[in-house]
Amino acid sequence: MKTQQTQNRATGRFVSSQAPILSVQGLGRKVDEYWIWRNLNFELFSGEKVAVLGASGSGKSLLLRALAGLDQIQAGRIIFRGKGIDTWYIPSWRSQIIYLHQRPALWEGTVESNLQQVYRLKTNHHLVYNRASILDYLQLLHKDGDFLQRPVSAISGGEAQIVAFLRALQLAPKILLLDEPTASLDAQTTSSLEALVAAWQAQDPQRAYLWTSHDPSQLKRITNRQISLREQV
Amino acid sequence: MENNYIAISYPQLALGTLFIIINVCLSLTLQLRLTKSLVIASLRMIVQLLLVGYALQWVFTLRNPLLVLLVAVAMTSVAALSSVNRTRRRFSSIYWNNFVCLLSASFLVTGLAVNGIIRVDPWYDPQYLIPLLGMVLGNALTGTSLALDKFMEDLSSKREQIEALLTLGATRWEAAHETLTEALRTGMIPIINSMMVMGLVSLPGMMTGQILAGASPTDAVRYQIIIIFTQASGTTLAIIGVLTLAFFAVFNRQHQLSENLIRSS
Repeated sequence: MKTQQTQNRATGRFVSSQAPILSVQGLGRKVDEYWIWRNLNFELFSGEKVAVLGASGSGKSLLLRALAGLDQIQAGRIIFRGKGIDTWYIPSWRSQIIYLHQRPALWEGTVESNLQQVYRLKTNHHLVYNRASILDYLQLLHKDGDFLQRPVSAISGGEAQIVAFLRALQLAPKILLLDEPTASLDAQTTSSLEALVAAWQAQDPQRAYLWTSHDPSQLKRITNRQISLREQV
Repeated sequence: MENNYIAISYPQLALGTLFIIINVCLSLTLQLRLTKSLVIASLRMIVQLLLVGYALQWVFTLRNPLLVLLVAVAMTSVAALSSVNRTRRRFSSIYWNNFVCLLSASFLVTGLAVNGIIRVDPWYDPQYLIPLLGMVLGNALTGTSLALDKFMEDLSSKREQIEALLTLGATRWEAAHETLTEALRTGMIPIINSMMVMGLVSLPGMMTGQILAGASPTDAVRYQIIIIFTQASGTTLAIIGVLTLAFFAVFNRQHQLSENLIRSS
């Protein structure tokens, strides 16, 4: 059985006076009669950058997927802005708490059509595609507007992850769940993606993220608190 | 009408089976791994048709509507079973889904054709009802098994794209829409293709049969047109039903895609 432990690397939690933006109570996930983890309790506060640690197979992905409402949970509650996940309309929950896969999945077409397609979803109808803000993000990555016209079949794995990030960030989510997004990418793309997430978070002090990675130096660089899923003897 | 045609004897029938030997040889030389399926399918066809010949002689004497309906339901069950058997990925309620959809679609359109258009008396006259239902079911099961197979395969091969839509706030309908329409299109291909070339490339089996048995070609053509339309709408209804139920089986109310698409073959 695995339980979780929370440690603060920062001295004192400057956010502790606020209500948590996301809170997890007694969460449990069972696969084939076997508990991957159970009785997880933690809170995520506005502005936090949290690392999720755990060995391979400890269920880090499953935790992030559960938080995004992509999988069923077998025990416990997830609460976002004071309301449990079961009382939310799941599509609108997911447009505010976005999960990013390790391997980006793009849809056929150009980079820009991938970005625009998101706005056709009913949940996002109140939003409008904003090319200018995408170009701002691209500038950060030293890319120009031509990149938007490229077919997704002709871009590299790293660029595909960038597109997946832009596609999510443009919806202005409150929470990002990053599931080893840079695991198979080179150092330069990795730092581009880190810069992208930092820029997204800087736009609104409420925004927070959970990030999993196998690279301790990366986690040290981009997170200031850790949650670990570990074996309890 | 009788003895207007050349009867086929059993030795002639044996000669005809040589055709299937061609397929078996090809499968063996090209290692297509179809030999077993081909042999089983051929044997099943022979046995089933011979049995059905006798069974039909009995069925056509039936004057009890309940018995006729029982035969019809039995045919539908077999159709549902073999439709599912062509699908490699399954979900728990797949047999039931197929049966319900094939039953309601085929009974509806066959009932309308036999009683609304052909106006058979009595309404359950097995000589019309059973062969018509058989033709409708045959087409519908091809359609449903193609559509289901395509749907389940796409759910698996495009799972990441579908989930990407879900993570960005798509409802389950929005996430599945493209996969569903592709599956429906795939299931409709055979019936649409066969209508396209009907009479030009192929003379449909029923029409050929009626002509061989001495009916006038124009009579046979009119029957055929009604049959094809009946089949087309039966197929469409059955596919839409099957896909809708499959959709609800693999996507739950929380807009989640089920993790286990059971694999078997």
